[in-house]
Amino acid sequence: MASLRHERRIAAPADVVWNTICRPETIPDWFPGIVLCTVEGNIRTVKTASGIEMPEEILTIDPLIRRFAYRMTAPIYRFHLGVIDVIELGVNDTLCIYSTTAEPDTLALIIAGGTIGALVEIQRLSEAAAKE
Amino acid sequence: MGRKILFITTDQQRYDTLGVNGGVLSRTPVLDALAAEGIRYERCQPTSVVCMPSRASMLTGQFPTTHGAWMNGVPLAIDAPSVAENLHDAGYATALIGKAHFEPFMDPFGRYAENVLASLGVPTIEQPWFDGRRGVHRGFDHLEFATHGVLGPLHYAKWINEHHPEVMGGFYMVVDAELNVNAAGGGDTGAPQVKFNDVPREWYHTDWVADRTISWLERQGDEQDWFCWMSFPDPHHPWDPPKSEIARVPWREVPLPVNYPSKASEREALLDAKARHWRAWYDGRVVSNYEAPAKWVPATLSADQVREVNALNAVEVELIDEAVGRVLKAIEAKGWGDDVDVIFTSDHGELQGDFGLLFKGPYHVDALMRLPLIWRPARSVRLEPAVVRAPVSLVSLAATFLDVAGQPSPAWVEGSALPTSDEDARSLSFDSTVTEWDSALFGVSVHVRSVVTATHLYTEYRSGTMHDGSEGELYDLVDDPLQRVNRFDDPALAGVRATLAERLCAHEDRPGERAVPGEVMAPV
Repeated sequence: MASLRHERRIAAPADVVWNTICRPETIPDWFPGIVLCTVEGNIRTVKTASGIEMPEEILTIDPLIRRFAYRMTAPIYRFHLGVIDVIELGVNDTLCIYSTTAEPDTLALIIAGGTIGALVEIQRLSEAAAKE
Repeated sequence: MGRKILFITTDQQRYDTLGVNGGVLSRTPVLDALAAEGIRYERCQPTSVVCMPSRASMLTGQFPTTHGAWMNGVPLAIDAPSVAENLHDAGYATALIGKAHFEPFMDPFGRYAENVLASLGVPTIEQPWFDGRRGVHRGFDHLEFATHGVLGPLHYAKWINEHHPEVMGGFYMVVDAELNVNAAGGGDTGAPQVKFNDVPREWYHTDWVADRTISWLERQGDEQDWFCWMSFPDPHHPWDPPKSEIARVPWREVPLPVNYPSKASEREALLDAKARHWRAWYDGRVVSNYEAPAKWVPATLSADQVREVNALNAVEVELIDEAVGRVLKAIEAKGWGDDVDVIFTSDHGELQGDFGLLFKGPYHVDALMRLPLIWRPARSVRLEPAVVRAPVSLVSLAATFLDVAGQPSPAWVEGSALPTSDEDARSLSFDSTVTEWDSALFGVSVHVRSVVTATHLYTEYRSGTMHDGSEGELYDLVDDPLQRVNRFDDPALAGVRATLAERLCAHEDRPGERAVPGEVMAPV
């Protein structure tokens, strides 16, 4: 099992960052390479630009601690846990942490690579929203 | 009309696989003839011994610590410098056909152009350039990609899938169910990454790359200058050439490599004299890099497996030689025979049984670092054939292409144009080259710097998971051409060691702007 964590400091209030990511259906807006998404109950299915469909189980959407957690459930994963934590550092200063834990290990590396781009988009969208 | 450039690369091909370089397993008459007519380099080094950093150096003329693609899986920045952009600006038609690998292959999110061009069905796309303009992807008007197998989104895989799906199962599965480099054995000996492949030769990627290159060349106007990078995925593993061809080199008749110690005790003694990660990998205790199968232990490699791998590798080298011959014939038929510079090389080598090892990794010895390099200048310039013994580097290729095209080298190019003789090399101070290695995979980090001169190979292991910064290797290439005796701590070579350490310091302190090191986006 491998666990990788990427983070980004965002010049926006924590609530704005949280609003960017907290609705599961909005993932195509901020995760580069995810082009479609359907949500039924706690099951989200995303489709990537390369045509791969990935089913996911939403585990946690907790606005109090600002944590979004989900599990990829495709058979290729023996285990997956994705967690986005939004941590308030100041009035207009937020740390967004995107953690990926997976087995096989190689999948953690591949998915975590995608989360780097997601954090860039989360920052861009959040900082734009904060200026509105 | 100027000089046209055919740049031919292979993947993971050793210096000693060509007949002209002393190879005895493969017949390579086409490349041997190019060498006889042009310039053959006896000590060409890569900037890195894995694909992505090395290929990025060819394109940018920069070392990995400058261009930022420091290990496989780290994409070259989309707006990194590219010699193809400068050639495009100079009026050259530009193409890359075959293996590019400036961007990761493992890309489920479809974020990288190399992986999406085939599905878009367009020859190139517009991207930001280094100088702030936008233009064709990395300066190439035309891109058609292939890699080592038939899975994934690249053009060759798509072509096989559409036209010959019945042969897809014949190819070796490069990665296993866990997406690690596959350790499964095949062939007659159970060697890893070996399979008998029923694909007809004409559908194999070597011939496909040549066919697509010829097709592109035939579409160019007679007076058009062009730069064509024809990039064969072989002889990189897997070793699964068309079965119809493997009788060319019967593996049972293949001699063991001169640097394969057949006794385990001898192998282990040689490895123990090197830095600690050599033996750790051999014993299966640490696999420091993705490029070696995670579930394969080198100590299990048998002599017959070495023979079979080398035989199949030789078959792949022969198929490449014949494919190059077809392309050169097509160039002659177009009437361009006197106006084309042909440059042939590989991105890095392959251990191929040396020291009882296969594949590649942070092991800076000739197996991985000494490359075939041949430059056959356009006949119209009437350059004398030569053999250059001075050390040169692939970092010089970008400047060489620009020189051929009559273009100045921009400030971002770190390498000078290749010398055309040893005299030229002396006057241009080609006296050493540097190879870098940096990797970080699941908590194991390795950082290596090597400098090669005409007489010595010196390696420093920087602090990392495997090394504390005190280890190194020093080989006398004259007395010990197989790099068996590590003289790092030999007082008799203390002066040599100090001089070469200074050269590595000078490399670290070299002037110029460095890109921010890229992030690891995938294992490869």
